[in-house]
Amino acid sequence: MLHTDARHGGFLIFYRFLTFFLQDLSKIFTILTILFMLFSIAIYKNGNLEPKHLPSSKIMAGWKTWQDKNCQSCHQLFGLGGYLGPDLTNSVTEKGKPYLKVFVQYGTARMPNFKLKEQEADEVIEFLAWVDSSGKSRVPAEAVEWTGNYKLQER
Amino acid sequence: MGFALVMLIATLFFGMLASFSYLNPEFYNQYIPFYQLRPMHVSAALFWIIGGATSCLLFFKKEVSEEGAKRTIAERLFINLWMITVVVIFLFYSFKKFGGREYWEFPPFLCLPLLISWLALMVAWFKAWLKAKDYPLYVWMWTAGICFFLFTFLEQNLYQIPWFRQSFLKEVIVQWKSNGSMVGSWNQIIYGCSLFLMVTLTGEDSIARTKTAYYFFFLSITNMMFNWGHHIYNVPSASWLRDVAYGISMTEWLFFIKMLQSFKEKMDERRKFKHLITYKFLIAAEVWVFFNLTLALLMSIPAINRYTHGTHVTVAHAMGTTIGINTMILMAAMSYILRVDELEIRDKRWVHWGYYISQASLVVFWVSLIIAGFLKGTRQFNFPHITYQELMVPVNYWLRVLSFSGAFLLLGFLLMLKTYFKALRKA
Repeated sequence: MLHTDARHGGFLIFYRFLTFFLQDLSKIFTILTILFMLFSIAIYKNGNLEPKHLPSSKIMAGWKTWQDKNCQSCHQLFGLGGYLGPDLTNSVTEKGKPYLKVFVQYGTARMPNFKLKEQEADEVIEFLAWVDSSGKSRVPAEAVEWTGNYKLQER
Repeated sequence: MGFALVMLIATLFFGMLASFSYLNPEFYNQYIPFYQLRPMHVSAALFWIIGGATSCLLFFKKEVSEEGAKRTIAERLFINLWMITVVVIFLFYSFKKFGGREYWEFPPFLCLPLLISWLALMVAWFKAWLKAKDYPLYVWMWTAGICFFLFTFLEQNLYQIPWFRQSFLKEVIVQWKSNGSMVGSWNQIIYGCSLFLMVTLTGEDSIARTKTAYYFFFLSITNMMFNWGHHIYNVPSASWLRDVAYGISMTEWLFFIKMLQSFKEKMDERRKFKHLITYKFLIAAEVWVFFNLTLALLMSIPAINRYTHGTHVTVAHAMGTTIGINTMILMAAMSYILRVDELEIRDKRWVHWGYYISQASLVVFWVSLIIAGFLKGTRQFNFPHITYQELMVPVNYWLRVLSFSGAFLLLGFLLMLKTYFKALRKA
């Protein structure tokens, strides 16, 4: 009857879903889903340590170039990304902007020259400097607790 | 299904080329650079897993809902739109047009047809769901997988809203939250197929109805929702996020204990069904679950993750689960659907050879990645001031082993797929 009575199709579908979600197993599933949604909202709002500064339009442009040229295929930020080149999270602090700009603009034997304009190269460097200001890529040994967990501080 | 199998060949082929270009970028940069090959490899793998899982699901759903063999409009919309979009994505890659983020590197607007396609799949699935007489565990798993894939796919694209890009940390946390849970969502679909096959092969319907089975289902759902934090342990996030992920991930020891407990039972079962190709793949998947679960448990401990994060150990885990578990289950499901076991012995021999070559090369592949990752992880802490190239010198030796085992992996799968395509033509 459920499939043949087209006149009441909408109501029956609703009824079928309602009775399904009133079963014991469905209740567990629903509770878990609600918890997951609340957890997700908490992460969106408070999951990260606060940024020092909001991204400027220059940083956003650099971020876009980073994605358009698929830099993440070879480089990591916070250990996430490819493995061909080094992790660039703290590269601005470690190497300095002028040093990095040469690589970004001209490439190396191993890294292709993406023929970026000077402005684009500057924007990528600004983006990397912004990422650098958000934290350190490597976890210091002293941060590890006896539980095997660790706590990180804002940079 | 044929399209999904082509994606599998593309995955292995681009993966092999990418590994060679990784070792010799100077040469490959002139023709097809690593930054172009990697997304081709990764996206092909994604589309193989998702496409393979959904094509099996569309076949099995007809058995649980007693629908006719004819494809519905929603199914046709899903299949055609999905395939066209995937082809367009590869066209963009071939012109070096990117714009997305890791795993989804294509221009983000192409997520829209994929989304419409997925919604069409959901319509097709829920129409069948309404017709189902009852809901054994595999129906739950498929439903959960389909719904959570939608959620994680939408979440994956939240970065289009500027608020999510106000902080790099927020962006990266949400990105890996969705990536981590998304893997769990397609695992639900694939493991659901595995359970369905076990019920069908053994004829024991009770397997999908026991309290223990449901208990482990809810445990896996909980892990899908909350156990993705190991991706971002080292990102400066709120401590409670790491605490939740660490705590929930330790519940995976229960899966580990359950596997050890059921070892004898599995051995008895193996004696009965070992002649079946479908069963061979399911057993291979079980063995790989054991190894990858062990690795995942270790990586979920932050103190260990500190060494493995950003190294090839992570790749070993990703590839071990994708090839060892997901691909083996999909090969089992497809051999059942295509009735590979009913083919002539001559055809099945190719599958047997391919099976053993792929398993042996996958062991070498997986172990070399772990060793490479271990070397990278320890060297970056022990020698913090050497250059990246110096750091990678001993690592690259193991990556050469990886490349060659990858070539054998491709060979093994080509031997098996020769028979699969023959069966597909017959079907």
